[in-house]
Amino acid sequence: MATLEIRDLHVSVGDGSDGAKEILRGVDLTVQAGETHAIMGPNGSGKSTLAYAVAGHPKYEVTSGTVTLDGEDVLDMTVDERARAGLFLAMQYPVEVPGVSVSNFLRSAVTAVRGEAPKLREFSKDMKQAMENLSIDPAFAQRSLNEGFSGGEKKRHEILQLEMLKPKVAVLDETDSGLDVDALKVVAEGVNRFASGDTGVLLITHYTRILRYVKPDFVHVFAGGRVVAEGGPELADELEEQGYEKYVKAGASL
Amino acid sequence: MGLDVKPLSTLHDKASFEVADFDVPTGREEEWRFTPLRRLRGLHNGTAEEGGKVLLEAEAPPEVTVETVGRDDARLGRAYVPSDRVSAQAWNSFTQATVVTVPKEAVASAPTVLRLRGEDASAAAYGHTTVIVEPFAEATVVLTHRGSATYADNVEFVVGDGARLSVISLADWSDDGVHVSHQHARLGRDARFVSHNVTLGGDVVRISPSVSYEGPGGDAELYGVYFVDGGQHLEHRLLVDHAVPNCRSRVDYRGALQDQDAHAVWIGDVIIRAEAEGTDTYELNRNLVLTDGTRVDSVPNLEILTGEVAGAGHASASGRLDDEHLFYLQARGITFDQARRMIVRGFLGQLVERIEVVEVREKVREAIEAELDRGAD
Repeated sequence: MATLEIRDLHVSVGDGSDGAKEILRGVDLTVQAGETHAIMGPNGSGKSTLAYAVAGHPKYEVTSGTVTLDGEDVLDMTVDERARAGLFLAMQYPVEVPGVSVSNFLRSAVTAVRGEAPKLREFSKDMKQAMENLSIDPAFAQRSLNEGFSGGEKKRHEILQLEMLKPKVAVLDETDSGLDVDALKVVAEGVNRFASGDTGVLLITHYTRILRYVKPDFVHVFAGGRVVAEGGPELADELEEQGYEKYVKAGASL
Repeated sequence: MGLDVKPLSTLHDKASFEVADFDVPTGREEEWRFTPLRRLRGLHNGTAEEGGKVLLEAEAPPEVTVETVGRDDARLGRAYVPSDRVSAQAWNSFTQATVVTVPKEAVASAPTVLRLRGEDASAAAYGHTTVIVEPFAEATVVLTHRGSATYADNVEFVVGDGARLSVISLADWSDDGVHVSHQHARLGRDARFVSHNVTLGGDVVRISPSVSYEGPGGDAELYGVYFVDGGQHLEHRLLVDHAVPNCRSRVDYRGALQDQDAHAVWIGDVIIRAEAEGTDTYELNRNLVLTDGTRVDSVPNLEILTGEVAGAGHASASGRLDDEHLFYLQARGITFDQARRMIVRGFLGQLVERIEVVEVREKVREAIEAELDRGAD
């Protein structure tokens, strides 16, 4: 059983001038295989910082605390080592990489994560099936990665990668943002497919809308760079009605 | 250039077959300021010792003739007049020229390949090549440049009315190669010309591709791929002169640079003269800087003398490997070195995949891989 453990995590981001600014101020979180956790919070609460710090983006500096995956020190790993260890980050703004085709990229990633190249026929079959599940036109396989994709197409491709790479723990950074209802449903179905398996899911979202389609086991409210409230799915319902206001105040007073 | 009266077009206003009509460049002139003159071994000032050898090996399909001719052949120099001193020097110094002819309405069944190999860089060699594609004929010409040489040449492409010519020119000289070359294409009415310059090897390589149009409907696509290693100077100077209406041009040159004193120069000049209404042009240069210590000079110039254009634009961008690209690929388990290769391969590959001759395309891919291996150390 895979377990991602985040303990007392403090993260700063350099602003290029007067030193670093602390964004995360002591985050504790445990995600087990098969669990779905929703992290909700207002803009600027540090949700995305958590995602990028766990994935190892060079812009974010971990100043104290620990992150482990099945007891292994994640913070000691390079970005690619973290992915090979079983972590996945679905990005909020996937970048366009000209000249690198979707299929070439997927095959390279699958090869890296599995440690060996998949058989071409099997890989093509898996990719085709995964694309069909997400209503992605097969022609995308030959297009440059994310280049000229709409927002919804980019998000679907993030889920496509997730399904192909089968990570132990997936962090989804606002994958629901900017999607219309149809795209949201397709993405949510994808999330449900792997969340029902052995993957632990950390779903970062600003809106409660996606939680109508993806049922979280746990909801954590983020404010001021830490978790200020935790509960079950009912907490999401409360946020839907009352908003983040009281938590923003709580976060600020910390 | 001083403050004296400028000609109507300030770009490339001078042409002559006489060496003496061009002053010896000092390095302060606009057209020479990026070029390391001291490394040209006297090609630019008349001090180069003659006697160098660049050998030609030609291979052509039955529809195409390849001839070796003397200086007095009437077909030479009709499409192009030298526009700088080295070019004029080459015109006056070559002893034999190569003429490739694709007869009227012939469709070449295979590429014509001209393999040039330098034997010795200690003395200068001069060359001249004229490729004539007669009306409605179609052909592909591959020029390869290898070995050691101090070489200056002019290449003319005469593309007849309704004809099509695709040219791939590969400069992959040894480390001591010096090559200064002009490649001029003159396009007839409704002619189509596609050129790929792939520049990889040599100490100093300065290639000046240019295009002129004789009638409306001409279409030129000029692509270039270069990979500059430490100490190399690879320079491309493009000129597209739109002087007749309703012609099209596209320029896309991309390069990667690595290691100390790798220097890339790209000059992209486009003139749209007053008569050239309905012109559609776009030129682009992009450079990917892989290490510290490199230098890129990228200068697009667009001179428009009519208000009636269909489209005119240019762009130039040079930068490092994008951290966000690297992060994205690495976040999917791909190692840093492989991510870097995929990005460079993709960046240059978008042009490489346009090369229609499969063998050449594969060779170029291999050469880029070899460059990347070098950078991985």
